[in-house]
Amino acid sequence: MEAVALHISNGVLNGPVSAIYGVIALVALAYCVSRGRRDLDDRLAPMAGLVAAFIFAVQMLNFPVLPGVSGHLLGGAMAALLVGPWVGALCVSVVLIVQALVFADGGVTALGANVTNMALVGTAVAYLLIFLLLRVLPRTPAGLGITAFVASVVAVVAASQSFVLQYALGGTTELEHYGLGSVAGIMAGTHILIGIGEGLIAAVTVMTVAKTRPDLVYALRGLKRVQPATAQGVAA
Amino acid sequence: MKKTTWFILGGLLVALLLAGVVSNFASGSPDGLDSASTKGCTVDENDEITGGSCMAQNAKDSETADSPFADYGISGIDNAYVSTGLAGVAGVLLTFAIGGGLFWLARGRRSPAEAGERKG
Repeated sequence: MEAVALHISNGVLNGPVSAIYGVIALVALAYCVSRGRRDLDDRLAPMAGLVAAFIFAVQMLNFPVLPGVSGHLLGGAMAALLVGPWVGALCVSVVLIVQALVFADGGVTALGANVTNMALVGTAVAYLLIFLLLRVLPRTPAGLGITAFVASVVAVVAASQSFVLQYALGGTTELEHYGLGSVAGIMAGTHILIGIGEGLIAAVTVMTVAKTRPDLVYALRGLKRVQPATAQGVAA
Repeated sequence: MKKTTWFILGGLLVALLLAGVVSNFASGSPDGLDSASTKGCTVDENDEITGGSCMAQNAKDSETADSPFADYGISGIDNAYVSTGLAGVAGVLLTFAIGGGLFWLARGRRSPAEAGERKG
């Protein structure tokens, strides 16, 4: 029952690549703070704290996806829908930092790589899909549920491929029995299944909030005044 | 504001139940990343790599492996259910305190004028 390492451990990526991703993560998070400040007010701040705590809790719930393989939610799509992309990426990052520093989950030197994959790539890809889907789908609990599901699946697969890129750039082991192509294939395959699990959890969560307190759902309030500028900012 | 406080407390309660109780029913199998990272290596019952060639071959312990909360348990508590549950509860409260605290400090004081011109 003992939980194993769920995130990238120390020593999997070499020093330079770990350091580069550390810098990328720091710069991106600083930008998220500056953009997120505009979204954060007296109501969104405690909501964002709750989203972070909730993601921490749900990340402990590994569900089986294949015989001998499990997965857990990453949380980017849920966070982006509930508190917006900038604050959402910060929520996932807070979770990853607490996990690395207190729970020995994910190496501290790998924190930049883990933040990049799950908090930055995951949330950015999810928000891009959310932005597109909510232009077509109705802004109802059902529409949000479908959006949460699709955005989760795509974002989780994107995060898994971001790891494959990191390993291609700075993996510490020369693989003897198979190449990076098959790593990409294996990661995509398991993460489609993990994404489906995450999508169901995210859909139920977001629909529940949308039904009880629609005013606390960022995607519902933000999209009432769609601005092209916002879309470009997220896509970049 | 009061309504929102109740919503936050309710949400926290759900998170505490998930991390404190439901977490004990979570799958103990390696996750997608872990399973791909050890493909090609042989692994013993303690998840230690014993041979072969795989991505996790040079993986090292976490810097915080000696943390009292390492691996989502509390050192010194032998009952796995209690240990995992308490670690989960501690993690939820810690994440809420740190996250909520930082977001509260970072919140911009939005005057109505600023709120009106919310652009790129």
